[in-house]
Parts: sequence; structure tokens; C-alpha cells
Amino acid sequence: MTTFPLPLADMFGHYGAYVVYALVGVLFGAVLETAGFGNSKKLAAQFYFKDLTVFKVMFTAIIVACALIFLTSAIGLLDYNLVWVPPTYLWPGIVGGLIMGVGFIVGGFCPGTSLVAMATGKIDGVFFVLGVLTGIFLFGETVSSFAVFFNSSYMGRFTLPELFGVSYGLVVVGVVLMALFMFWGAERLEAAVGGETAQRAPRWAPAGAAALVALAVAALVIGQPDTEDRWRMIEAEQTALLDERAVQIEPAELLGLINDTRIKAILLDVRDERYFNQFHIQGARHLPEGEVVKAARELMMEPANTVFVTMGNDETAATAAWKKLKAESLPNVYILEGGVNNWIRTFSDATFLQERLLRDRENDRPAYRFDAAIGARHPAAEPNPLAYEFEFEPKVKLELKRAATGGGCG
Amino acid sequence: MSEYKSSGAGPKPYMNPYLAGTLLGVVLFLAFFVTGSGLGASGGLNRMVVYVQNIIVPEHIDQVPYLLKMAGGKTNPLDSWIVYLTVGTIFGGLISGLLGRRVKLETNKGPRIGNKTRWVMAFLGGALMGYGARLARGCTSGQALSGGAVLSVGSWAFMFAVFAGAYALAYFLRRFWN
Repeated sequence: MTTFPLPLADMFGHYGAYVVYALVGVLFGAVLETAGFGNSKKLAAQFYFKDLTVFKVMFTAIIVACALIFLTSAIGLLDYNLVWVPPTYLWPGIVGGLIMGVGFIVGGFCPGTSLVAMATGKIDGVFFVLGVLTGIFLFGETVSSFAVFFNSSYMGRFTLPELFGVSYGLVVVGVVLMALFMFWGAERLEAAVGGETAQRAPRWAPAGAAALVALAVAALVIGQPDTEDRWRMIEAEQTALLDERAVQIEPAELLGLINDTRIKAILLDVRDERYFNQFHIQGARHLPEGEVVKAARELMMEPANTVFVTMGNDETAATAAWKKLKAESLPNVYILEGGVNNWIRTFSDATFLQERLLRDRENDRPAYRFDAAIGARHPAAEPNPLAYEFEFEPKVKLELKRAATGGGCG
Repeated sequence: MSEYKSSGAGPKPYMNPYLAGTLLGVVLFLAFFVTGSGLGASGGLNRMVVYVQNIIVPEHIDQVPYLLKMAGGKTNPLDSWIVYLTVGTIFGGLISGLLGRRVKLETNKGPRIGNKTRWVMAFLGGALMGYGARLARGCTSGQALSGGAVLSVGSWAFMFAVFAGAYALAYFLRRFWN
């Protein structure tokens, strides 16, 4: 898999990367301006069915970008798991949207277009921008009083294909066809009630529409890569890391991570539930093998200083889970070396180890016997970090979070 | 562009919406492809507001968790990609406006209202937009455009809400625009 997104900060430096963002902004502003979005009359005409430019530009942009994103993702050029998908907070989004709709028809712009209007000398644009700044300020000052609503109906990274239970390709094709149908309707509407500013569809419109449908169908036919496909793209490089034992961390290092306040350590225990109930490290989360991929989606939302550590009884199941998480592009995933068996061996007293040792066990089965399901109520579940002094080779290198941490919401 | 009339010094006509939309889609795709995070506008403005607040009343920032995410301590609110994207957007608009001879000090409004009414309305509308955009965690660019293209459920619900809100009120405000 190619590097995605581009490691801009490595390539151009911290501030150099910002130049790239600024250039993207220049293109964005230029397109908005040339589409006529610096003119509030043209924008407002949308809502009187006289000039549907806003609708046409917006939906053309959405379906073009959508088709390109899912086509490049299908062929492995772009990693959809690392693309910023605005998380769904349903009701705050809808209420905010309604308020914005009202603001749109009252003020004649949206924030992006008002910037362009201001830049081209439109005085109403300047007033609008001042209004936006005021509204933002007021929001920051009042949000604490309705924080519960602001954070309500959170559904995480939730996409239309997941909602409808169909493939991404099918939704892309559906969205493209729906938009094209609505463009056809918009043209008829403008012909009936259109004002003098409305521009008709160009001659190349049918060809463009056909090309777009072709892109969407290609995305559908190729299909989005599943976990196995994704693993194959990184297999060579990642298998080397496994063989060098670069990702298997010693119990001592894990203990350090758990007690490091700068790090959020998430322990993923992939053993059978009965073994988990018998003993697990304090704070470990039970993650059955079948739920690893699903969990990856949610773990992706964890902050950048999170380190994930998979653990089994030995290493086999933990390594399998690690591969899946890596394939799903989760950053900072490691394996507990020697698994929970090794952890117990490291942090239990000699008598316990001697009495409870199970001989002739199979691989990836418990090495020590527990008579009851004591879970984390065992001295070794939460060892005192000050009581141990180890020499170990640290392997965890916190990688820069590759997934975008914020979209347009900053 | 062949569609542009080349004669005269008047403003050039706007680009065909489908062509502009295609270009916007390509820019949006590039933004995702290069940076992974799409486009936005209100987020950059938000950080500029917080930057000013942080200079005037830094101790206040420390008491509001929402603001503290962007400022406070050594965090510089302007140290974020979205700020530079926003600055770029302003310059891009200016460049395109100059090339199209559309940079002109003027107020666009309906024929039946005066400039001052339009300015008040623009300010009020802007305030609603700014407030709503933060509540919805993104504006037309960050939510509708970017979130719509990557098929976020919340972004599509948001998009319909924006159009619904505007259409619901359009009839009552027709005097201001027509």
C-alpha cells in the first residue's frame, strides 16, 4: 500500500506542511469564487428556484469526489480507514444544520463562501464574516450550558453503506445516479421558473455524466478491500517486523506503558472468555477473535497517544489479532511477548508459579492453573511498578497518528 | 475558458456550475488524497476567534473545556492545518476574483432593501451560521461537502437539515431577496 495520507510534516516540515494546506485552500477559494459563490444574490436565488447553481456545484463536487475516493480506495491507492469521516452526532448535527439553513437565507452566504465574498470586496460578505466570528464566539461561551446535548446521539464513524447494510460501491453508484436525476430535474425547474442568471447544462454534460457513472460502476465492480486484501498489501513489510520481533514487547515494557501517564495503554485480551475470567491484567478488555475487525473501527477514534497491545495465552492468537488490526490501519499496535503466561511468570512469586504450573500443555493455552475465576483480583494483575526493576529493550515507538484527527471542524 | 467573453473590461461571467462542481470535486478529492481530511472553513475561523480570546482573557480559556481543546497552556490555536486552509481560501478567492475582474466594492442585495438592512441581515445570518456550524461540528464545507463525499450518515442528515431550514424560511424572507 502506498503511503497515505502523505506524511506532509516529514516531507516539508511542520510549517512546510501548512503551505500545502494553504495551496489546497487557494484552489478551494478560487473554485468557489469562479462558480459565483462570492455573490449572495446568486446563492440566495437557490432558495427561490431561480438559479440552482448552489445545488448543482455542491452535488457535482460531492459525486465527483465520492467516485474518485472510493475508486482509488478500491485499487489500494487511498486508505479509507485513514480518511477523516466526520463522526455522527445526529441531533446536534440536524439542529445545527437547521440553524445554518436559517442563517443561509437570512445572511446569503455560508462560512466558506463569505470568505470569498469578503476577498472580492463584497461589503455584505464582510458583515457576514463578522457575524460568523460573533456566532462562533457565542457558541464557545454557551456550549458548556448544553454540553449534554452537544455530545448526544453519538454514533461514531457511521457511514451510509453501514446504515443501509449494502456495499460502498452500491451506495456510490446510487448517490451518483440520484444526483444526476436531480440535475435533470433542476434543469427543468430552471427552464420553468429560472431567472436571468441561471446557466444551462453544457453540451458535454451527458458525456461527463456517463464518465462519472463509469467511475462509480468501476468502484462497485472492483469492490472495497476487506481485511484480508488489506493485509496482503502490507504483508511483506509487516511479516519482517514480526520475524525481527520488533513488535513483541516484554511484560516489563507493558507495565511501564500502563503506568505512564503520557500514554493511554489499551490492553486487548483475545483469549477465550473462560481464561479471561480466570485471570486478566487489570484494565484489559476482552476482545473475542470474531470482533477484532469491528473493534478496530472504534479503536481508531482513540487519541494519538494510545498504544494498543494484544495478548493471548502465548502469542499465536495475539499475533493473528495484531495482523487484523494492522491491516485495518490502526496505529501503534504491539503484541505482549509470551502472552499472559509470560506476564504471570514475570510478576508472580516463585511458590505460586511452582504450584500452579501446568505441564504438557498445548500452544496458546494457559500455563498456570487458576481454581476460580478471579479475573483481575490477583497480585499479578496489577503489579506495583516500583517493586520491579528490569532491563529491557524498549520497542514501542509512538508513530504519528496518520489518520486525520479532524476534518473541516478543526 | 472558451465560455468567457473576452471583450470589454466588465466582469467575466461565472463558470458553468457543472464545470465548477467538477473542479471543486477534484480539489476535494485532492484534499482527501494528500491530507486525509477534506476541506473546511468554519474550523479555521473558530481558531482565529479562540486565538484572540486567548490573548485577551487567557484565564477564561482555562475554564471552558471546549476552548481548552484549542488553546490554553502552550497550545497555539493557530497551529492547525485548518487555519492555513482558511487563509488560502481567502487568497484563492481574491486571485480568482482579480482574474475574472469581479473584485469590486459593492453590496449584493435584493432590489427592495437598502444597504444597511442588507448589512444587518448579513451580520445576523452570519452569527446564526457561525453558531450552527459549531453546533453541527462543521459547516457546508467540512460537513456537507467533505462528509457527504465520504458518505458519513451525520453529514447527509446535516445537509438535508441545512436545505430544509433555508427553504422553510425562504418564502417569508422573499422581500429581502426579490
